[in-house]
Amino acid sequence: MLTYLVRRLLAAVGLLLVITLITFWIFFVLPRWAGQTPQSMAAGYVGRQQNPAALQAVIDRFGFDKPLFVQYFDYVAGIVGGRTYSDGVSLIHCSAPCFGYSFKNYEQVWPTLLNRAPVTISIAVGAGVLWLVFGVLSGVISAVRKGSIADRASMGIALAGVALPVYFIGPLLEAMTGQWSTKYVPFLSNPLQWAQHLLIPWIALAFGYAALYARMTRAGMLDALNEDFVRTARAKGVRERKVLYKHALRSALTPIITIFGMDLGTVLGGAVLLEVTFSLPGLGLLAVNSIEQDDFPVMMGVTLIAAFFIVIANIVVDVLYAVVDPRVRQS
Amino acid sequence: MSGRHGKSAPAAESDPGGAEGFSRGPGRRRAPDPEPAAEPAIVNSPFEYELNQFPEFTPGWDVGEARPFLEVRDLRVHFPTEDGVVKAVDGISFRVERGKTLGIVGESGSGKSVTSLSLLGLHKRPDKRGRGGARISGEIWLDGEELTTAAPERLEELRGDKLAMIFQDPLSAMHPYYTVGEQIAEAYLVHHRVSKAEARKRAIEMLDRVGIPQPDARVDDYPHKFSGGMRQRAMIAMSLICNPQLLIADEPTTALDVTVQAQILDLMRDLQREFNSALIIITHDLGVVAELADDIMVMYAGKAVEYGPAKTVFTEPEHPYTWGLLGSMPRLDRAVQDRLLPIPGSPPSLINVPSGCAFHPRCRFAELAAGRCRDEIPQLADNGRKHLVACHVRPDRRRDLFAEYIAPHL
Repeated sequence: MLTYLVRRLLAAVGLLLVITLITFWIFFVLPRWAGQTPQSMAAGYVGRQQNPAALQAVIDRFGFDKPLFVQYFDYVAGIVGGRTYSDGVSLIHCSAPCFGYSFKNYEQVWPTLLNRAPVTISIAVGAGVLWLVFGVLSGVISAVRKGSIADRASMGIALAGVALPVYFIGPLLEAMTGQWSTKYVPFLSNPLQWAQHLLIPWIALAFGYAALYARMTRAGMLDALNEDFVRTARAKGVRERKVLYKHALRSALTPIITIFGMDLGTVLGGAVLLEVTFSLPGLGLLAVNSIEQDDFPVMMGVTLIAAFFIVIANIVVDVLYAVVDPRVRQS
Repeated sequence: MSGRHGKSAPAAESDPGGAEGFSRGPGRRRAPDPEPAAEPAIVNSPFEYELNQFPEFTPGWDVGEARPFLEVRDLRVHFPTEDGVVKAVDGISFRVERGKTLGIVGESGSGKSVTSLSLLGLHKRPDKRGRGGARISGEIWLDGEELTTAAPERLEELRGDKLAMIFQDPLSAMHPYYTVGEQIAEAYLVHHRVSKAEARKRAIEMLDRVGIPQPDARVDDYPHKFSGGMRQRAMIAMSLICNPQLLIADEPTTALDVTVQAQILDLMRDLQREFNSALIIITHDLGVVAELADDIMVMYAGKAVEYGPAKTVFTEPEHPYTWGLLGSMPRLDRAVQDRLLPIPGSPPSLINVPSGCAFHPRCRFAELAAGRCRDEIPQLADNGRKHLVACHVRPDRRRDLFAEYIAPHL
């Protein structure tokens, strides 16, 4: 198990390296191929006074005129060991992990990411708990009372949840609750307010996911209830309630756990639509803003963080899978 | 649906309140005996009852005081579907005493497994509006208690404790996420107020009893680490952990290779002797029942076509379907140039059961009874030798046919 984990982690590092290569290529190489020169790329950073000296200064800071592989190497080396930028006048030290320096708002990327991450993590965790609990619960009820009013109602709501986007449900919820404010209050400063002010974004985000999970749980439970081992449990005289949660739900949950890990990883990389809808300053909003401002270092940072969360989620899911299913554990 | 259903009328006539109306209300049920089995007469086989009771065997079969341990009367299990009613079991009656074994034999889809599941009350019940599920009518008396009308909670108490089942294909019948020990212990914990450690100890004992080597180590293994034969043994251990008085084995050896098969059959026989339980073996393999059964019931299309002591059914079978089954059984002592004699055709749809004798479209001898086979449902009738056969061909004629055409090829 341990060797398996180490192997997976090493593979993850390799994968992230490949991702940096691809994102670097997209953000710094593709523009060159499209005809951009170091000067024209630098021009986006200079502002109104486009004198050659200012352009040259930007080119020097970014190293736009260096060979591409050197630029890439500098970037990766910066993530591992930090780097120092010089604009000719002063030195800016960017300590590891250095994801670059944003010359749009004169901030290092990594602290910005760190600053934004708690918002997104708060959204992801709260919404994740909501959609997991409510999705699985209503899925189980639907499966057990198949064809009942409860089943039809929850499947109908689920259909609406899948169909309606966050930017529809969010304002709708806000309109319904009136003055309920949504903003980010750090968890550590006031957990109660943290939850209170994030409740509506959580519900808005969880709704669609819960709908998906309800349908998946329902299908999985219906399958599981037809399994021979559920019949065996009943034949042993196990109470029906226990048959449901100990025997049927246990096996129906396995695929749910897998998908949950992946979905949570995706949301951790930034719930773009939700954060924009509610103006929550998370990674998703950062990504949108950086794209609007052509802020390459921030764009790359957000992309890499999102990729990182997904890669990690993948590993966690695989490990969880082995914990849940003894047949996987063996191999 | 189909006009053919009307043709089962002759059966219904001889069976007051049987086929139509599946209401399980008290109206059509005979009152349970106030003193069930007042004197527990020891009966070695159901067929040692007085002979003259057998002509009215099928529907009402009144034995008086000596009620057998398990008695099934006119059991019908019908599943309403969109295409029509699937009559999986359509009026079968049998009985089993403690310490005795009944073999139920038939092709796939003859209603064997449905019968066994209804004994345990494992069929889904129709919902409040009477849709879905199985419609069950008839009576199942187990040790003086009627099971088709018993409360679900009562059935939960009985299942696994007084009556237990060994399923076929133990890989899918065991939960992949729980250890073998946990699953065996669970069967014990459900019915006994003991600690988990104690139940585990009991599980190890049972694994030992069914011949699993190093039971205290294997108890923590998951089912996928067991071989097929070992899983079947574990399944048997699970069924027997509460010393059930009635054990139903549904194709217990189908998934196993022959050497293991023999071991499992031996094991079941030994354990049955030890616990003096009644045993029902459901199989399509006549070799298995020949090994174990005291009585044999041959089922076809949800009905019993032949029912009698195992020895007679094997040596003097009288129903053409039983002949067919025997003829399709490979035997080592048969000359190689003699081909197997398969039954032509395939089992009928249980929605549109052929009129009259359900077997008549596949029967080589159907024309001998002058059209009755097509029009009239044959009733199980005693041939005078404690051996019941549902066939329109006259008993003496059947014996001649068997001697002349069938026996030489077996």
